[in-house]
Formats: sequence, structure tokens, C-alpha cells
Amino acid sequence: MTDKTDPLRVAVRRTYKLYLGGAFPRSESGRSYPVTSAKGLHLANAALASRKDVRDAVVAARKAFPGWSGRTAYNRGQILYRIAEMMEGRRAQFAEESAAAEGVSRARAEALVSAAIDRWVYYAGWADKIGQVLGGANQVSGPFFNHSEPEPTGVVGILAPADSPLLGLVSVLAPVITAGNTAVLVASEHHPLSAVTLAEALATSDLPPGVVNILTGRLSELAPPLAGHADVNALDLTGAGDHAPALEEAAATTLKRVLRPGPDDWTDADPGVSRIRRFLEIKTVWHPVGS
Amino acid sequence: MPDTTPGSLRTLLRELPGVDEVGVHRRTADLATRSVKTTAKRAAIDLAIRMVDLTTLEGADTPGKVSALAGKAMRPDPADPTAPSVAALCVYPDMVPVAARALAGSGVELASVATGFPAGRTSLEVKLADTGAAVAAGATEIDMVIDRGAFLSGDYRKVFDEITAVKETCGQARLKVILETGELATYDNVRRASWLSLHAGADFIKTSTGKTAPAATLPVTLVMLEAVRDYHLATGRRAGVKPAGGIRTTKDAMRYLVMVKEVAGDGWLDPAWFRLGASTLLNDLLMQRAKLTTGHYAGPDYYTID
Amino acid sequence: MFEYAPAPESRSIVSIRPSYDLFIDGEFVEAKSDERIVTINPADEEPLAEVAAAGEADVDRAFTAARRAFERVWSPLPGAERGKYLFRIARIIQERARELAVLESLDNGKPIKETRDVDVPLAAAHFIYHAGWADKLAHAGFGPSPRPVGVAAQVIPWNFPLLMLAWKIAPALATGNTVVLKPAETTPLTALAFAEICQEAELPPGVVNILTGAGGTGRAVVAHPDADKVAFTGSTEVGREIARAVAGTGRRLTLELGGKGANIVYDDAAMDQAVEGIVSGIFFNQGHVCCAGSRLLVQESIAEELLAKLRTRISRLRLGDPLDKNTDIGAINSAAQLDRIRELAAAGEAEGASGWSPACPIPERGYWFPPTVFTGVTQAHRIAREEIFGPVLSVLTFRTPEEAVAKANNTPYGLSAGVWTEKGSRMLWTASRLRAGVVWSNTFNMFDPASPFGGYKESGYGREGGRHGLEAYLD
Repeated sequence: MTDKTDPLRVAVRRTYKLYLGGAFPRSESGRSYPVTSAKGLHLANAALASRKDVRDAVVAARKAFPGWSGRTAYNRGQILYRIAEMMEGRRAQFAEESAAAEGVSRARAEALVSAAIDRWVYYAGWADKIGQVLGGANQVSGPFFNHSEPEPTGVVGILAPADSPLLGLVSVLAPVITAGNTAVLVASEHHPLSAVTLAEALATSDLPPGVVNILTGRLSELAPPLAGHADVNALDLTGAGDHAPALEEAAATTLKRVLRPGPDDWTDADPGVSRIRRFLEIKTVWHPVGS
Repeated sequence: MPDTTPGSLRTLLRELPGVDEVGVHRRTADLATRSVKTTAKRAAIDLAIRMVDLTTLEGADTPGKVSALAGKAMRPDPADPTAPSVAALCVYPDMVPVAARALAGSGVELASVATGFPAGRTSLEVKLADTGAAVAAGATEIDMVIDRGAFLSGDYRKVFDEITAVKETCGQARLKVILETGELATYDNVRRASWLSLHAGADFIKTSTGKTAPAATLPVTLVMLEAVRDYHLATGRRAGVKPAGGIRTTKDAMRYLVMVKEVAGDGWLDPAWFRLGASTLLNDLLMQRAKLTTGHYAGPDYYTID
Repeated sequence: MFEYAPAPESRSIVSIRPSYDLFIDGEFVEAKSDERIVTINPADEEPLAEVAAAGEADVDRAFTAARRAFERVWSPLPGAERGKYLFRIARIIQERARELAVLESLDNGKPIKETRDVDVPLAAAHFIYHAGWADKLAHAGFGPSPRPVGVAAQVIPWNFPLLMLAWKIAPALATGNTVVLKPAETTPLTALAFAEICQEAELPPGVVNILTGAGGTGRAVVAHPDADKVAFTGSTEVGREIARAVAGTGRRLTLELGGKGANIVYDDAAMDQAVEGIVSGIFFNQGHVCCAGSRLLVQESIAEELLAKLRTRISRLRLGDPLDKNTDIGAINSAAQLDRIRELAAAGEAEGASGWSPACPIPERGYWFPPTVFTGVTQAHRIAREEIFGPVLSVLTFRTPEEAVAKANNTPYGLSAGVWTEKGSRMLWTASRLRAGVVWSNTFNMFDPASPFGGYKESGYGREGGRHGLEAYLD
């Protein structure tokens, strides 16, 4: 490939790597796999992550959890907005990759990128409102201040949608981290490049290392260890396809919260709290009222 | 400036664990569900009668009234000689000579309120003179009031010193220190005032004068029972507790006894260590006692009003 | 001195039939299965009654009835009318409160003062609370026109038989679902009395179906293909099994499972109330409580003083006849549970912890275990990690708030926790860091229908009670 503006210059190609604990390593397995466009053209080689990469990603996510969940909701919202800013700065790259991956026109790809950016802005605004919308005081029959509030459930494994590699990706990731969870995300197996580009935006957006960890590779190889991992608290099976029942069964062993694949409309600009809610715990605290 | 040096009263009292009001109420409510029936009730009623400090503290008290009440104290149920005498007769200091004559040789203790009862707003000299006169006239127990104003303003030293001075004046008479818990308002204060009084030498801590509301309550008594229990554990010296005011029915009395038994322990189930400051309670105890004996409900006209 | 005289509540208020059928479609019907179960009084091991063990064919019948009632009667019924049935049920529970309390004590072994003051009034309160929701669901925060899920398969445990039934049935009915409920094998009688209450309330047939039985019946109920929703309260082991069975079926599932609750006592705690909270945390209902405060984490600097007070307090607990109004500790629910408690207590001793129990007379017949406190317990001991579900407290110490929270959270469970401190900021700090669904600060084991209840991690998922509890039964 040559530089479009200077035929004599050889362009520097990007290497699409994993995003683990804030760093961009290759798979520990040393493997990669070819990624092709919707038209079948070779686009790049993506890292073919292994079970051990899953393990490392969970460790990174767990390590990041206390810090991320412990931040103020206001601060998390600011960082999510910052992610939108970082994406905006790379919109051409996102659009190009989306167009290639999804086989859509440049205009359509631009629209998808805009929607994905706006989704971060949307969830940025939710961060400090979830508590009020989903929590509150409970009027118990006695001299107690009784209060319920939502808390992040912990480390969430996400199988990103296969067929919406950017907008779908952002639509499943943003609600998980908005409330303070950390994530291990398995990107769309056949269209992983947007996820890696997103990782590059995340890495420059003040998002603490380990809050989001992104793996590329085979769903059939990565999903089972994620579903069975005892230190993963919840599982988003949106992109699980036919694997969903088996993964749900594996998740049952440690009683993970599971979001089953459902009909999803990624174009809905106001998805509400439905996805946020799935990865929250409600904590109720009783305190006596007396002098 | 309150004394805040290490080991001072202030730091001593501040080190006491707090009291959670809701927890105290919950424990009280739980204890109130205890069922005292049949043989237990019989034993508890007689014990309660033996714990009564039969009290008259009215401006209208006369020698005639006090003598009559002394008679009731010694023999509460004229119709039933098996009914025990009460623990003590409790009167104003000027009535002590009358009461002493009436009670002579009966074994019923003679308690006198003193120290400018009920407000306590006199000088220490007057309080000591008040106490000394009552003891000299034959009082075997003194019910003093603490200076609540001093306590609430944080001048624990003043309260402490007054108690020790009165205690000294009491000589052989046992000293009951009235905290007037209704004015202390919080259970934390009740606990602190209890420990303060115990440190100062109180033989008994007593809830109330009966002149302000609320007077004795079960939760306040719970906190005070915890104080004498813990003080005993810490020092080996046992002190008593006297709730006073507002205790009118046998059911009330049973609840107090249950609380003594389960909070302080059986060691306190003795007139030497627990008293019920009351007047109308006695007749209700006698009527319930008669019900257990005869199987029939009793009527007030069969019991003397004093 | 005086000692308490026996104060037994009369059992003449209940009339237990020798034998009970299944409650399906509004009627008591003979089971197609010929398997029977005898339920006994754990306080004297005498049989109380014989009940049917529903088989697959019976489960089918119940689901058919529930489906029909859901489609034809219950879900089309306006919420306000549904609510009135719930109010009716609540009133009948209140009217028959004493009878239900005695029946529960007989079948379960728990003290009458608890069934009378906790189980039965709270069961009624759950129906009253949810009755009020029935016509206000659009305001519950789940969309403008939430729909019922359908037929709910519900399996409940033996520790609070009637109360757990209320936790399951009241929200399901208020939201327009119908139910097939299986009470626990050892405690079916109040559920059967509840069936009579449904008849007395003239609840439409099929809205509530009650199938008695053991594990096999339970498996058939939760695995039934016509269940739209499964709700289970019980052990984490069985919860896992159910989650596996439900996987891939698309059925909704909520689980309220085991726990190993930590009760953290800081050095500035209101000590006497903390002692009460520790006692009610672990000895309430003989410790047969999923949210029991079974691990006492006490700050080392006050451990000795606190434990001395605790021992004195425990010595005054009264163990014995569950029907005696002054009994604090009743019978262990079953021989199997007693074996489990004994095994874990023995493990505690074997692993080097030291157990203490007050001198208390143990009745000759029946299943009993004295209140027991283990000190010298470490995080590694089985009694610090496994749910004992009995009157056994494990005491551990800590030095700093960080250590307290770390130890409290160091368990796969996450149902409940307690915090005792007089310092507000430390209370809030601790509560916010505890990974548990219910945190009691300066109190313990309080329950209310308006208060959501449920666990983190392996203590299950979903909430019961409050606005949050409605979610499990709404689409």
C-alpha cells in the first residue's frame, strides 16, 4: 500500500493488537488471523487471542475494578464523554474501517460512526443519574433509614455483536462501564478492526488501564473460558450466536448474571437503562434513626 | 473550661460505648414479650411488692397521710398477712421524723428525698444540710437529685463532687442518685450520668423524681441496668437501680423484673439491688396476687388507698 | 428471685388433617403419584401429617391449570381487582395469625415468638404491600405498560415456610402472573393452610397451585416446559443446578441462595446493641437464615470485652419447646440439617478453632443444637467459608477497616453484612465497600416488604421486595 498523497512514499501500516490492561500486546500465543472486508479483500492480520489472553484480561479487569467503580459517577461520565471526543478525532479511520467491514457506503459508514460517538455521549450522561433512577429510599415500617442503590456487578464478559462491529460494539460496551463495571470484550470475530481502533481511542481518553480489555479471535475459543471464569461476574451474550445456550450453562456454575442474546436495535438513540440495569446489583442499607 | 486531661471525668465518660436508641427499643420490646405466668407470676409479684419504695412526695403531705402510708408499707394487705412488706417508705425530709416513728422496728427502710428535691437548685451547703437533717431524723436511705444543669453543660466535676459530698453526709444511709433521665434526653447521657454517679459512690441509681415527664421508662432502665452490671464487672462493687414514676400496673412491674433478670442477672433480683419507686402500683400488685390466690378478679374497694 | 414457668401456646387452635392432597386449580385433588411424605414435628419427632409427593403428571396438571388461569382470568383482570384479592388474602392471614403461627412452629421447630411476631405478620405485610402495586405497575419504572411474564414456577425453602411463600406469591400475583409453588419437603403445612386461604378468599382457581413433594417434585416444577419464569430460594448448590437447567430455555430466573454474612464490629460500636445484633444475627431462627451474620468480624482491640458480653448474653438464651412463648432457640428443622451442623462444628474443632456453648439443657427427643461460638477461627477454616445454616457463630478479628472489608468480602457469597460503628462516615464507607445485597448497619436481620432483598455473586440474582422485586415478574 502506498501513501495516497505521495505515490513514492511507502505507507506505515498499523498492527492490530489486543488491548489488555491499558497496553497493546500481541496474543501470548503469537498467533494472528487474516481479516477480510465484506468484499473478501484482505484488510489486515488481527491478533488471534488465546485462553491465556482471556485469563490475563480478566486479571486486568479485576485489578481495575475497585478504582473505576470507586470513582465518582461524575468523573466516569466525563471520561465517557472524553471517549466520544477521541472517536470524533479518528472518525475518518472509523468510517473507512466500517465501510470496508460492513460493506456499506461511505455516507452510511459516516452515519454509523456518528451514532457510535453519540452513544458514548448518551451513556456519559447516564453515569450520574442511574443512582437516582434505579435507587431510592424505601419506606419501611420502623425507625430505619432504608436505602437501595445500584452498584456495578464487577467484571463483565462481553461478546460483542458479530454484525455491527462499531455501533453494536459501542452499544454493548458503554452501558457496562458507565455504571462502574470493568469489561473483557471479545470483538466481532470477522470484523474485529473497529474494536482495535476503538481500543486506541480508549487508550488516549483518560480511561484507566484495565477498565476495558479487548480481545480479537475465535469466539469458540475465547467465549468458553470467559463464561467459565470464576472471577467474571456477568456475561453479555449478545454476540454469542449458537454458542449462547452452552455459554449460559457454563456461566451457571458460578451463578453469573447473564444477558441473553435478544433482538437488538442499535439505531435506537435512546436505549434507556435496560442494558445498564443488567449489570448492576441493588444494595440495600438499613440504618436506625434515633437520637 | 471543662477538664479534658487524660483520666479526667470527661475523658472517662466519653470513652463509654455509645447507646443506639433503636437497638435499645428493640431489645426492650423483645423482653416485653416474655411471658410470666402461674408460679412465676406468683413469685414475681411477691418480689415486686418487696421491691416497692412506697412513695408520697406531695406538697399536701401531712403527718396523718405519712403515718397511714407507713402502715400500708408494713402491712400492704390488711386482709392477707402473707403479703410481704414493701422495701421502703419514701417521703420528703420534713416527714422523716413522723415516718421514723411509724416504721420503728418494722424492717421497712425509710427513704428521704433530699438535696433540694426535685429541681436541686440550691447551694451545696443547703443540700448537705438537707441530707444531714434527714439522716439525723432517722432516714436509712437518701434519694438525692443530680445537678442536671451542670451535667448538660459538661461540668461533670461539679456533679461528681456533689454526689461524693452527699455520700459522705449520708454516713450509714444508702445513697440513691436520681438522674432525672427525662431531662437528660438521650441514652448516651443516661449511660454517662449512670457511670458518673457510680464512680462518685452511688449505692443506687434512680431514674426520676416523678415530677417531670417522662419518668421511668423500660429503655432507660435497660441502659441503667447495663451500667450497674458493667460497673460491677469492672470494679466488683454492686450498685442498685430504681426506676421511679409511671409504674402503675403489675404488667409494668413484671416487665421490669424480666429486664433485671435478663440484663443485669439474677444477682439483682433482690430488694437490696432493685427498687420500684411507686405508689398506686402496690394495690395493683395486691389485686393480682389475690387473683392468683382466689382465682377471682379483685376490686379496688377491697384495698386501702393509703 | 423468680424463674419462668412454662408458658406454652396452645396447639388446640390448629387442626391438622392426617393427610393432605395437592392443591391444583382451586381444589385439593388426589395426586396421580402414589408417593407420600410424612412431615414431622422436629421438636419431638412425632409425625404431624402425611402429604402427597407430586409426580410429573401432577406437575403437568398444575401447569395446565396455571396457564389456563393466566390466560383466561388472572392476566386480563384489572390490576385494581387483582389487588383486592391480595388484600383479602392478607386479611385472612391476619385473622388466622395465631393458628398459622402455631402451625409453623409445629412443622418447622422455630419458636412461637418468631412465628407470631415475625413470620406471620411479615407474610401478611407482603401481601398488603404488593396488593397496592397491582394497579400501579405503570409507575414502577419498567415502562408504561408492563406485562406479566406468565406462569411462574416457584420453589421455596423450609426456614421461613409461609414467609417465603409470601415473598414468592405476592409479587407474582400482583403483577398478573399465576404460580405453581412447591413448599419444602419438611415444612409443607403452612403452604397447605395457605391453599385453604386462597379458597376462603375465592381466588380464581388455578391462580395459585401448591404441589408438595421432595427434590424430584422440585426438579419437575422448575424444569417444566410451560414455566415462563423460575424463582428459587434455597442452597447455592441447588441454585446452580437450576441455573444450568434453565440455560438455553429462555425462561426467566431469579435465585436467592446461600450466604456467609459478615458482621463487622468496630471498636467504637454501641457495644450492648452490637451484642444484641450478633445474637439476633446468628441465633434468630436457629441460624437457619440465608442472610445470617455467621461470621463475626470484631476489631481486635475490643474482642475480649465483646466476647465476654456475648457469652453472658448467650447464656441467657432459652432453648426448648418451640411453642413456649419464652423460647429463644427452637428445634433444628430436620435430622439431615442437624447432621450437617454437627459435621461442620466437628470440622471447626478438628481444624483448630475452639467452640463454646452455654450450659443449657437439651430436650431428650427432637433435633437440637445449642448456640455455639467458635473463636480462633481463620479465613481458611471451613466454618468461616461454608454456610452452616445453624446456630453456630465463627469469630474472626481484624485490625483496620480495610482488613475488615477485605475479610468480609473474601467469600464467593454476597448476601448480607452488618456494620457496627457509632461513626457515620465509617459506616457509609464500610457499607459502600461490602459486596453484599443487604447491609444492616447498627441492626441486623430486619426485613420489610418495601425493602429489596437479594444477593451479589453466588448468593444469587434478582431482588425480592420493594419496587425492585417487581422486575422479576414483569416483561
